[in-house]
Amino acid sequence: MNVPRGIRGPLSLLVVVHISALLAGFLAPYNFVDQDRSLSLSPPSKVHLSDSQGKPHWPPFVYRLIERPGHFGEYLEDTSQRYGIGFLVRSSEYRAFGVYSSNIHLFGVSPPARLCLMGTDSYGRDVFSRLLYGGQISLFTGLLAAGLSLFLATMLGTVAGYYGHWIDATIMRIDELFLALPWLYLLLGLRAFLPLRISPGQAFLLLIIVIGIVGWARPGRLIRGIVLSAKERTYVRAARSFGASDSYVIVHHILPQTRSVILTQAALLIPQYMLAEVTLSFLGLGVGEPTASWGSMLAPLQSYHVLASCWWMFFPGLVLITIFLSYGTILRALQQGGFS
Amino acid sequence: MNRNILRLVLASIAVLFLELTAIAGLPAGEELAVSHCESGSSGGHLVVSLRSEPKTLNPVVSNDISSREVLALTHADLIHIDRATQQTQAALAKSWKVSSDGLKYTLQLRRGLRFSDGVPFDADDVVFSFKVYLDQSLGSPQRDLLIINGKGISVEKTGPYTVTVSLPGPYASAERLFDSIAILPKHILEKPYQYGKLAHTWALDTSPEQLVGLGPFRLKSYVPGQNLTLEKNPFYWKADRRGVRLPYLSEITFLFVGNENAEVLRFAAGETDLMNRISAQNYNALEREQASRGFRLYDLGPSLEYNFLLFNLNGQIPAQSKDVLRKQEWFRDVRFRQAISLAIDREAMNHIVYQGRGAPIWTHVTPGNLLWQDASIPHPLRSLAKSREFLRSAGFTWRSDGSLVDSRNIPVEFSILTSASSNQRTQMATMLQEDLRPLGIEIHVVPLEFRTMLDRVFQTHDYEAAVMGLGGGDVDPNSQINVWLSSGDDHLWDLGETKPSTSWEADIDHLMALQVSTLKERYRKHLYDRVQEIEAENLPIICLVSPDILVGAKERLGNFHPSTLDSHTLWNADELFFAAERRASSH
Repeated sequence: MNVPRGIRGPLSLLVVVHISALLAGFLAPYNFVDQDRSLSLSPPSKVHLSDSQGKPHWPPFVYRLIERPGHFGEYLEDTSQRYGIGFLVRSSEYRAFGVYSSNIHLFGVSPPARLCLMGTDSYGRDVFSRLLYGGQISLFTGLLAAGLSLFLATMLGTVAGYYGHWIDATIMRIDELFLALPWLYLLLGLRAFLPLRISPGQAFLLLIIVIGIVGWARPGRLIRGIVLSAKERTYVRAARSFGASDSYVIVHHILPQTRSVILTQAALLIPQYMLAEVTLSFLGLGVGEPTASWGSMLAPLQSYHVLASCWWMFFPGLVLITIFLSYGTILRALQQGGFS
Repeated sequence: MNRNILRLVLASIAVLFLELTAIAGLPAGEELAVSHCESGSSGGHLVVSLRSEPKTLNPVVSNDISSREVLALTHADLIHIDRATQQTQAALAKSWKVSSDGLKYTLQLRRGLRFSDGVPFDADDVVFSFKVYLDQSLGSPQRDLLIINGKGISVEKTGPYTVTVSLPGPYASAERLFDSIAILPKHILEKPYQYGKLAHTWALDTSPEQLVGLGPFRLKSYVPGQNLTLEKNPFYWKADRRGVRLPYLSEITFLFVGNENAEVLRFAAGETDLMNRISAQNYNALEREQASRGFRLYDLGPSLEYNFLLFNLNGQIPAQSKDVLRKQEWFRDVRFRQAISLAIDREAMNHIVYQGRGAPIWTHVTPGNLLWQDASIPHPLRSLAKSREFLRSAGFTWRSDGSLVDSRNIPVEFSILTSASSNQRTQMATMLQEDLRPLGIEIHVVPLEFRTMLDRVFQTHDYEAAVMGLGGGDVDPNSQINVWLSSGDDHLWDLGETKPSTSWEADIDHLMALQVSTLKERYRKHLYDRVQEIEAENLPIICLVSPDILVGAKERLGNFHPSTLDSHTLWNADELFFAAERRASSH
């Protein structure tokens, strides 16, 4: 596939972000549940190259942060001891891809100092580590739910378009029903019926299934339209007259026609579904604490004091915006026929 | 000639008198109470936020904070506890006498008062009100307060404006008992009561003319999901020193805003005029802005509110909740509850949730209650080793992966409900989750909409554990009797008990009943100390932290004297006024 130059940047950025999320255990210095209650809402660690006397040091180092007595959320650097940043250090255990156990992290500092590149949340959990782990939920909910949606849309859209008659009418009425559903309220309502206690894994799957199933209607309708016109093409008629079976015609002649619509829809649906997950988690209805999701990480911003004084809590929002812009650029290129 | 002058003078005096009464709107023969507050100017519209909508406007059955907040303004009581002095003060009863044995109270009511619809008030209304509160079928939360030694107090009319209250036994500080017992209009509620429909009257959809009370305000309008507006009650029974009838404010609007952060944003933007409970984090953030934005913040010190972890120990559990029934075997074991309590880092909770503007607590009597707190209750610090010992002795063991299992090898995990509108309690639950992780206990935090959560705790009993808060009211132990008597309506951990299900609950019942009927303060203190000791040993609820009371109001709000008692900011709503000249200078 020939990728035009204009979208190489956003595409590689997306690839890097997804791989980073998959490698969260290795890249993140801390586990996403690790609390350090003496560092509640501390700003990003300052990485120093020279000490207070101006003397340079290598490797870069951090100082330990200590809360100013009587002043909540104000921290001072304890300059009495330097803590050098180590690479490929051993610390907390994690499982990469759910199978391979390791305790080697890309970088870290030895306790009691903490290296929090994006500060900490109110429980003193490292925002950078949670951002990486949160990506596993937020990014992959979008990807997998969009996959599910498009799979359903292709199946149902093709069947409806190809066979027509009452099959088409039935599927399209169901499609209209789904289009008319106010999905956010549906999800809110659905959450109330679910059991109180569902594990983060179950919640993740449930989110994917619900978001994926609700969203098939629009792409399904588009694919049906393409199938309707494709099946009337002369080469399709010719294939049929030579005795090609329905499945042969669909797989070899009709589905290839839907490729560009599927790609465009994917670039549209993935960020949309990511946003759905973020919204639900923001409202406390997605994957529950302490599992990180970008939505639940943004939830503290509802709190006035965090909004007003903890700028580092906006990082998940910045990452989301960057990702949405990347998908937007790719979408535009696709619509202009950028891929060939 | 002289006679003419005399006539003229008399006529002018009469005219002057009529004019004065017309100005003040005070007909003769009305025995008004006089408030010694700073004189203010009438008019003005106060806007206040409420976190949740009131569930009802019926004082007989109301149980939630929002309803109580509104009802405190639309109704009045016979004898009131002055929130500033914490002493009793005459309200609808202008005076009272106590018999030498302390069993009979004779109350003289104010004459000439009228309800907010203009209908006169007399002793019949008082007798009717108490009859309603004491009716067992209505299940009023106030009923427990009016039961002494298992018998209700009796209220008799001994004159058009005199009632005699007979207590079945001696009752400590009995006059405090009348506080917050709203006197109801017999002419409106007698029929619904006779037809057995009183519990369902005065719901939120009732028309304003039907909602009649003796408070400083009356209902003007209610828009579901948005706001509730009260207007000045033109027949209110208090006046200031100049004879101007209170309240000064002409309207109060309660906005339903859902949560504290929305409240803070509205308060900071000047859309609301006062804020009742500010969290420590928001207090610190607002503090920097108070000078520039024309409001003032107050830290009133420790409150009476206690936040706690509640396990579902109810005897009646819905049949489909088999999980809850199974887990109750753990919850009912006091060693399990002790282990949980010892694993909680209350200091850290106070530091993170309240930023140090609060206090860790081990019983429901907080440091804010100077008179009644038992100083000898131990304050054990977090100890996972001791916690493990308790769990081991209760038959729990650990798997190789560190998870805790019971004697049937079932992993120990449970869910904790919190109100989604309370950030602090959700934070507490999340900290509990982390505190109990080293013990191998897995916890799921489930934030629910407030009313859904209350329904689960109070009605269906379909939950495992919850983080909740109670408190406020009065410092006196009797204000907590609903919670601690096993038959009480707020006996949260086991609602609907007909008799105490454990021996220590029976002990608490006995001690609470005894302290109610004891007139010697020192002996009462001794009895209540014992209740606190039993609580600390058996942990029916696991107390966590108590916040300071932090409030704020516009600088130009006159007579604003916040109190540590409920309701902190609006207890003297009848005296609040907007100072016009300060408004001019602030613009």
